[in-house]
Amino acid sequence: MSYLEYTVKSVPTGLRKILFLNWPLAVLLAAVAGVGFLMLYSVAGGSFTPWAEPQMKRFALGLALMIAVAMVPIWLWRNLAGLAYAISVALLLAVELFGTVGMGAQRWIDIGFMRLQPSELMKITMVMFLAAYYDWLPARKTSRPFWVLLPVIMILLPTALVLKQPDLGTAILLLTAGGGLMFLAGVHWAYFAVVASAGIGLITAVFESRGTPWQLLKNYQYRRIDTFLDPSSDPLGAGYHITQSKIALGSGGWTGRGFMQGTQSRLNFLPEKHTDFIFTTLAEEFGFVGGISLLALYALIILFCIASAMLNRDRFASLLTMGIALNFFLFFAVNMSMVMGLAPVVGVPLPMVSYGGSAMLVLLLAFGLVQSAHVHRPR
Amino acid sequence: MRRNRAEIDASHGKLTRRAALLGGAQLLFMGGLAARMRYLQVDQADQFRLLAEENRINIRLIPPARGEIFDRNGRRLAQNVPSYRIVLVREDAGDVEAVLDRLSTLVELDAETRERVIAEVNRSAPFLPVTVLEDVSWDDVSRVSVNAPALPGITPEVGLARVYPRGQDFAHVVGRVGRVSQADLDALEDPDQVLRIPRFQIGKINVEAREEAVLRGSAGTKQVEVNATGRVMRELSRREGQSGADLQLTVDAHLQGYVQARLDGESAAVVVIDCESGDLAAIASAPSYDPNLFIGGISSADYNPLLNSEYRPLVNKTVQGTYPPGSTFKMMTAMAALEEGLIGPEDTVYCPGHLEVAGRRFHCWKRTGHGRVNLENSLKQSCDVYYYDLAVKVGIEKITAMANRFGLGIKHELALSSVAAGLTPTMAWKLSTRGEAWRVGDTVNSSIGQGFTLASPLQLAVMTARLATGREVTPRLVKSVDGVERPDGLGAALDMNQNNLNKMRKAMHDVVNDRRGTAYRSRIIAEDMRMAGKTGTSQVRNITAAERARGVTKNQDLPWNRRDHALFVCFAPYEAPRYAMSVLVEHGGGGSTAAAPIARDVMLQALAGGDPPLEAYPQGDRERIAEQQERLRALRFGTDGRARDRA
Repeated sequence: MSYLEYTVKSVPTGLRKILFLNWPLAVLLAAVAGVGFLMLYSVAGGSFTPWAEPQMKRFALGLALMIAVAMVPIWLWRNLAGLAYAISVALLLAVELFGTVGMGAQRWIDIGFMRLQPSELMKITMVMFLAAYYDWLPARKTSRPFWVLLPVIMILLPTALVLKQPDLGTAILLLTAGGGLMFLAGVHWAYFAVVASAGIGLITAVFESRGTPWQLLKNYQYRRIDTFLDPSSDPLGAGYHITQSKIALGSGGWTGRGFMQGTQSRLNFLPEKHTDFIFTTLAEEFGFVGGISLLALYALIILFCIASAMLNRDRFASLLTMGIALNFFLFFAVNMSMVMGLAPVVGVPLPMVSYGGSAMLVLLLAFGLVQSAHVHRPR
Repeated sequence: MRRNRAEIDASHGKLTRRAALLGGAQLLFMGGLAARMRYLQVDQADQFRLLAEENRINIRLIPPARGEIFDRNGRRLAQNVPSYRIVLVREDAGDVEAVLDRLSTLVELDAETRERVIAEVNRSAPFLPVTVLEDVSWDDVSRVSVNAPALPGITPEVGLARVYPRGQDFAHVVGRVGRVSQADLDALEDPDQVLRIPRFQIGKINVEAREEAVLRGSAGTKQVEVNATGRVMRELSRREGQSGADLQLTVDAHLQGYVQARLDGESAAVVVIDCESGDLAAIASAPSYDPNLFIGGISSADYNPLLNSEYRPLVNKTVQGTYPPGSTFKMMTAMAALEEGLIGPEDTVYCPGHLEVAGRRFHCWKRTGHGRVNLENSLKQSCDVYYYDLAVKVGIEKITAMANRFGLGIKHELALSSVAAGLTPTMAWKLSTRGEAWRVGDTVNSSIGQGFTLASPLQLAVMTARLATGREVTPRLVKSVDGVERPDGLGAALDMNQNNLNKMRKAMHDVVNDRRGTAYRSRIIAEDMRMAGKTGTSQVRNITAAERARGVTKNQDLPWNRRDHALFVCFAPYEAPRYAMSVLVEHGGGGSTAAAPIARDVMLQALAGGDPPLEAYPQGDRERIAEQQERLRALRFGTDGRARDRA
């Protein structure tokens, strides 16, 4: 429901807005980022370089960005949603055309001071766009086929582009986040039931098509699925990641081996120890207690977001907050499932902890939107 | 757009419900993650912690130093010397080609080696050392060390190499070591892990192989922490291994060296056994070879001549070679008859030059015959007919039983490879292996050590020692292990009539010292060193009737490999036997001419503990012996007096 229909007399103005930020959420984010610094310091063998220090700088930058975004009234962001979505899709196309080839996947654009991953941006702008769409769409039209088809296309378009990069992890994230948002907006159950059965059909098709000329996934993606299903089949090859990661986790025990004492990560048994597999270092060095604490921090962030969304009577703000929370949840849920051997290795970082510039900046930007929604909520 | 309040509330209510649902689902999933974490980190912690330790800790073996081998007087026969090699580590070297270029200006580095090194360097992990050169001289090592700053990544490493300072003298005693082969590993039921160490060496033959368990020692271990690529990060703990035990052999290196030189040019074997302990003072097989050639892997240029020579230098003729003992076996036939009481020492047999047995004529070596002979005369002149006659009376079973009691046909336990059991035939043996019944003619042949009977020089030496002492002497080669003496070989007294043994010894004494004895020309005239012995000449072919008719039976007229083997067994001093000996010269002709002179030289050398005084030899031989001594000294130690061997 548009703000135009509400009184905005009690919405804070100017720098006073800072006082009305969702501070507990900001503190929780800082705490998670702090865990990240600690772990990056540890995996570098007790050194701020090469990871912890740049990460801290980026966090500072991201925090400033978050507050800046929070200062901007939420309705302005709503009005920009369509444009943001269009730009993101354009960037994805640009990556497709001019992207730098890195790690076998065309994923980023070099924009001078940093490498921008448009797919990261896409996760947020799609949520923005869908939230704005359902804010605009009268509630009674929500479940009509045409008005359902429209957002589905809006979700599938970037998903297809991301999948083509190829980035299976982000594609799944986009698809799930988009679907989640449609669910929140009140689309009828029946659609989801249909999609679920179609999904099962698709998975079957993916496996059935293997080896045929029109196979749906790349060979390496199939291999990842294979090793996920049976990591022990190739302990030194493709299954190495998962086996070593489980060993690291398991050897942590209740309280872990102590800060900087993790042998698995320090001795390079763990691949990608500073990015996708950073959780294993935490779990190895601080054990079950450390792992569950981080999970609790994440849970609190989600809960604060949900509470903020429920209390917010603005439909766009509410949907946006929930969507971003869902995105955030998907990030760590997929990452943790992956390192615990519950999901295939798809290359999703641990949000706010893994080393990586654009992911963290985009996340903080997104939480800026959440903060903006919180600050500018109708009172 | 105006919307009514109810619609707003309805949609917000729906959003809240669904948000709660989605939030609940998320929390549920997180609960699942927490449970999984608990499962991995708490329930399965022990298992995974173990896996992590295995990942991290690598146990490296430290090879033990091999025990050294000494002779009875403490002279080194096998030793470990530092050996240098030059290794290259790629990650320290940077530009491998440039470093090798610079290295080649300092040490010899052929193109082939270069190629191998570059290939190996590119294949292995950057931190692993690759051997560039092995067995580098100290001069080269110093040159490389001095120029170390210009040679990044190049380091000299020191290890231990096995060296046999006495070269060919002990190839057939000490043996040699070599790289562990797959065949070596396959032969062992539970191979020691240390054998898997690259370039670890294992005893291949003779003492080195048979005493492997004693010489090897046990490996030490060090636990090292490694990272995922195998790079050693640090050493966690170290447990030193146990060096192998040192062995002392019974052999006298000087005597062995003398024998080996004395046999130079012959295909021969000599075994000298200490009558008082069974200690083998010398056990020489000629020709021999330099075992040092084998250590790093022998080249085919070196190996083929050894393999193809008809003198068979690779065969240890002392224990592995078995020969018809010829007339040296006559003591066995005589002892069997004496012990059975079938004859007295003074009983005589008439020798007309042949004996008819079962319709077949068996010849004496002396066609005109020896006339009437008793035991002493028959042995002295080596009359064959006397023994044919005894054998027919005694029978083969008694003769074989007697031979066995003197150590023939028995495999002696000795730390050498391929010790042969020889053969002392029985009726059952012939029936089972040949499928033929024993004939009395076989007994006749056996009585003079021909036919089926086979014995190794070692067995003949043991037989002689037992005759000389009347005790069941057994040979001993390893005197002590790390200073702890092994039991000696002076066995119990033989349960035989001492009178008979004395008669045998007296007869053997006359063989050498009586003017009519077959070995009279090889007598020792020094009273306290007088030698007793027996000659033997064993046919390696059957003399055909045609040959007999043509009269071509002279050895000199035959090709080398068809000539008779010359044998001689002896002990000395006659009064108080100290050493017993057997000498075999393959295709040497007659025992009295080819084998007995060698036996005398070696016996005197053993008794005198060096070159004997010429007075021990008969007057007429002295000049020749003096020349021979001079020649052998030159052969052994070089004309300039410098030791030939590297002792």
